Amino acid sequence: MPDLTKTSTTDEAAAAQDEVVAGAPVSATPAPGKPRSLWGDAWRDLRRNPLFVISALLIVVLLFVAAFPGMFTDANPETGDQAKHFLGKPELGHFFQADWFGYDGTGRSIYARVLFGARNSIVVGVGVTLLVTLFGGLVGMLAGYFGGFWDSLLSRITDVFFGIPFLLGSMVVLNGFTDRTVWVVMGALAFLGWTQIARVMRGAVITTKHADYVVAARALGAGTKRILFRHILPNAVAPVIVVATIALGTYIVAESTLSYLGLGLGGGAISWGGDISDGTQFIRNNPHVLLFPAGMLSITVLAFIMMGDAVREALDPKLR
Amino acid sequence: MAEEPKKDAADVTDATPSVSEVETVDAATPEEAVAAIEAPVERGEPILQVRNLVKHFPLTQGILVKRQIGAVKAVDGISFDLYQGETLGIVGESGCGKSTVAKLLMTLERATAGEVFYKGQDITKLSGRALKAVRRNIQMVFQDPYTSLNPRMTVGDIIGEPFEIHPEVAPKGSRRQKVQDLLDVVGLNPEYINRYPHQFSGGQRQRIGIARGLALNPEIIICDEPVSALDVSVQAQVINLMEKLQDEFNLSYLFIAHDLSIVRHISDRVGVMYLGKMAEIGSDEQIYDHPTHPYTQALLSAVPVPDPEAREGRERIILTGDVPSPANPPSGCRFRTRCWKAQDKCAEEIPLLAIPERFAGQDTPAAHESACHFAEEKDVVHAA
Amino acid sequence: MGILDMPPGKIPQGEILFRGQDMLKMSNEERRKIRGRKIAMIFQDALSSLNPVLSVGYQLGEMFRVHEGMGRKEAKAKAIELMERVKIPAAKERVNDYPHQFSGGMRQRIMIAMALALEPDLIIADEPTTALDVTVQAQVMDLLAELQREYNMGLILITHDLGVVADVADKIAVMYAGRIVETAPVHELYKRPAHPYTRGLLESIPRLDQKGHELYAIKGLPPNLLKIPSGCAFNPRCPKAQDICRTEVPPLVPVTEQDGAELTGRGSACHFWKETIHG
Repeated sequence: MPDLTKTSTTDEAAAAQDEVVAGAPVSATPAPGKPRSLWGDAWRDLRRNPLFVISALLIVVLLFVAAFPGMFTDANPETGDQAKHFLGKPELGHFFQADWFGYDGTGRSIYARVLFGARNSIVVGVGVTLLVTLFGGLVGMLAGYFGGFWDSLLSRITDVFFGIPFLLGSMVVLNGFTDRTVWVVMGALAFLGWTQIARVMRGAVITTKHADYVVAARALGAGTKRILFRHILPNAVAPVIVVATIALGTYIVAESTLSYLGLGLGGGAISWGGDISDGTQFIRNNPHVLLFPAGMLSITVLAFIMMGDAVREALDPKLR
Repeated sequence: MAEEPKKDAADVTDATPSVSEVETVDAATPEEAVAAIEAPVERGEPILQVRNLVKHFPLTQGILVKRQIGAVKAVDGISFDLYQGETLGIVGESGCGKSTVAKLLMTLERATAGEVFYKGQDITKLSGRALKAVRRNIQMVFQDPYTSLNPRMTVGDIIGEPFEIHPEVAPKGSRRQKVQDLLDVVGLNPEYINRYPHQFSGGQRQRIGIARGLALNPEIIICDEPVSALDVSVQAQVINLMEKLQDEFNLSYLFIAHDLSIVRHISDRVGVMYLGKMAEIGSDEQIYDHPTHPYTQALLSAVPVPDPEAREGRERIILTGDVPSPANPPSGCRFRTRCWKAQDKCAEEIPLLAIPERFAGQDTPAAHESACHFAEEKDVVHAA
Repeated sequence: MGILDMPPGKIPQGEILFRGQDMLKMSNEERRKIRGRKIAMIFQDALSSLNPVLSVGYQLGEMFRVHEGMGRKEAKAKAIELMERVKIPAAKERVNDYPHQFSGGMRQRIMIAMALALEPDLIIADEPTTALDVTVQAQVMDLLAELQREYNMGLILITHDLGVVADVADKIAVMYAGRIVETAPVHELYKRPAHPYTRGLLESIPRLDQKGHELYAIKGLPPNLLKIPSGCAFNPRCPKAQDICRTEVPPLVPVTEQDGAELTGRGSACHFWKETIHG
């Protein structure tokens, strides 16, 4: 059997090229140059996930409303017509009109207030998430990568902040401010909220830094910057994105809770939390004053949490 | 810091009489050091000389302030030479320190003591440009083809990364072509340059890892269990490729593996490690057909041979007990706790790695370095 | 073993005869009686097959308490006896230790002890030594062979290591892509393989006892079980493949000598087995 024992190098090269991914025959290989990254795969999974499609649509609409609330209503959310519309009931047939969701205790259109309130809620939610991801991510990355003394120090600091109750802490902080602008509220929430991201990031970096491909890069003589940003960060960022997306919802709740307690945005700023707080006094006879802002808050938070879950499923390699 | 006093080198050769003498290079400036590293080495001359290499991993306790409570003696004083153009196999069971040796030679771990001379310069003391030049010439192929490639990078980026780190090797415009050439060399379709690692099989990924190792035109490739994660039928493909590349690019391989059959197939010389020490080293025929160290004999006799005829005829040595912990190795000879020949002398005196006295000066294959007080020849591979 | 026959695993057809009874037609209750008592199994990864929060002695004794209704004391004594049987040193002191306190080889011994507990007729060992170092593998295989003789049990050894089979087995069945492609007594198989896959496999492994030349490499990849090639599953990688191999699944047929003389226990699922063995 001479044909069995003989192996020329060309045979072997041909053999290697034969072993096309997943055993597909050579002729059926799609354009060999076509890239398909893990992110690309995740995106393909996401597009097929109804959970993601619904939450993404909701979020796009919410972001659009937050950016251009004036496009959806002519009514002024700030001033009300006490005489005519005081506590007017919702007219559910009047789509996109001032009286769609009814009027509140001072005769202001609840529809308009819900639209304009979206801006503050979402700005605070997104802003806090960005701040927290940047700061917490940086702390977690440094602690995880450098380890040793820096890890011990940064981790202990993280633990100290982790020990402070999030809401109670931000109430204490915000109580010290009389002029509570969007920035102040965002700062207070981020100040106490970064620990979760830092912990997740630290864990992900520690796992990634021992991966063989990081060792391989070091063996090639790659510097710290290249290793951190080319090899570790892209592989460690997935869990952080998931946690951040879910946390975004909770920051919106936190802002609303603070507003409800009278410690949120000051200066008559429109906020779902503030409106929910106002609505509680009419809950028996005019529940709509409470119901619409509360419903919007729930839908928004739900959308972000659903999105986070969908992203987690798509990015988690263990589920593949 | 490439300077190495001659006297130290002489001491080292005293301790292990049978390894070749190190000709150190005195390089006063980084330029001289780099020039020495760039100089070619004749085939058959030593290119890498390891002398009394030691690596202890401290065991610590405490949260903020760490206290050392002991050390894992992963590598505890090993010496060997790697000659230009040869394949030196290092075998041993898990925990014997063979992977740590690979990391030390790659300067991925800092040696606790000892020297690694690459063309006469101690690379454990190099830094900066000279170290970078060494790194270019010593490359590594990893065990696990699934974890050694960054999943977020394309094959082109992975194989091209060495050029970005060492831009002097290939000018920017030529890199894509170089990467495609490398893919071709390792038997992959050059059009796969934009694909991601997860689109390849294990064998193909290992080829990508080999292409990355070849990119900088290195002289030495350290292979840490390069085929143990692959399917049996694919192992042969990768081994044949590695042998072909060695001839084509004039490479020296340090081939670390636990599979003794594969090591015999690919190696010219073989070193056997046990608990951080080199037990025996010699040519492939000397080690496999004429082993003199009891551990080598036990190890070889334990390997099942795919030949049912051998099962009655071969002598089997079944060792008792497990490998002791490297954090607390036995005194004297490391192997004495499992050795059937052990005597008082073995507990008191550490046997040196040298040609045993009884074979010294004789022209027999048994006359090779073996770290045993009672070395004697025994064929355990072939059926009687 | 009848473990697979639980969702999501399904056995669409066929039969498993154990002492003449089809195990697939039995009720779960009947099958449970056979499992462990008559047929026992040894897994590859001893650490994940043992419960980490229960002591080894407790887990060994559990077999006796459940199957034979023994008391706690009696079961423990039995556990120690078993541990001594599989040559675990200082069994009395170690009976209360937890799985992680044992080395890999010792854990595999405990798995063997557990399989032996009820003195089964048949042991199925799935890659029992793959995770172990060679010297420890030799210890464990040695023990297994010794106990097999002592208890007079059947042993089905599932492994990818052609060396281990050559050492232990009497008969061998070679599988590829879910089918048996060749059966033969051990000496015959290594001397004269009758299937190109077996042949390729034997030629692709480096040898300990001789310095080989270039290895024969079976081209291509192991099959994807979702896309098994039509006809003979090995045809895309086979050097002898013809058109018939791509269309017709070769049945496992008896292999004979050139003159037609019967070869006991030999079979090959190759259209060209004659050429392969006699060619």
